[in-house]
Amino acid sequence: MTCREFAEFLSDYVEGRLAPAVLVEFERHLAECPNCVSYLQNYQETIALGRAAFTELDAVVPREVPDDLVRAILQAIGRPPFSR
Amino acid sequence: MQSRDTHPGVETPDEGELVARLKHGDPHACEVLVQLYGGRILSVARRILRDDEDARDVVQETFVSAFRGIERFSQASTLWTWLHRIAVNAALTKLRGAGRRYEQPIEPLLPAFQSDGHHVSSFVHWRTADRAIEREETRRLVRACIDRLPEPYRTVLLLRDIEELDIAETAQVLGVNPATVKTRLHRARQALRTLLDHSLRGTP
Repeated sequence: MTCREFAEFLSDYVEGRLAPAVLVEFERHLAECPNCVSYLQNYQETIALGRAAFTELDAVVPREVPDDLVRAILQAIGRPPFSR
Repeated sequence: MQSRDTHPGVETPDEGELVARLKHGDPHACEVLVQLYGGRILSVARRILRDDEDARDVVQETFVSAFRGIERFSQASTLWTWLHRIAVNAALTKLRGAGRRYEQPIEPLLPAFQSDGHHVSSFVHWRTADRAIEREETRRLVRACIDRLPEPYRTVLLLRDIEELDIAETAQVLGVNPATVKTRLHRARQALRTLLDHSLRGTP
């Protein structure tokens, strides 16, 4: 397996979708190629960083929906708000 | 972190009972639903659209569609999953209607190979991601890099890695086949890796 082929299989590898025969070839390349080890680590960290970037944003964004938006929604469906 | 299915200040009703009340047109149930899920729907719409005004429009469209279509809700999924899919569809429709902005082409961000199949570039493990992830500065950088992805790639990355739709659902909402979703997601991750590499390589 070349680095080019290795890169093609990365996505299936991290999602556990590689066929057993391909997985053997993939892991053999991984054992022989430090550059692809680094590339795989970066690829996995990229996924984790992407998820964290927005998960953390969610944590600081108030879960409450702004009052004026609630009113607009309830008026749009013809159900004026009860509690305000 | 608080459970994603609860909300401070809003008593979480039994979902089956809430659905029954919604189907009977109980106006208070409508308000409960908006209070329970409106904030999270707003976050989803903001992530996809990156425009607060457009995001608010999508929240309104989502709940209007939900109330009008509540009879069709079969409880095969949770209310949240059902609302989330309506919101994703509404946001994507709005995104497609928006004018195209400048986007970097994806090809220069993909790895390059020599004729013998070896990488042209050398890579180093960032080794800092676990600590860097905790910093808001890093999270802002990652969001800015995601924003620089060409739109079809940014959208697939958001739907799969952030909104956690599966491949079939992503293909359905984007109107493309599952193989296209897989290819775009892989390229999006590779391109994001390249964009992040400029900043994270050598981060202390």
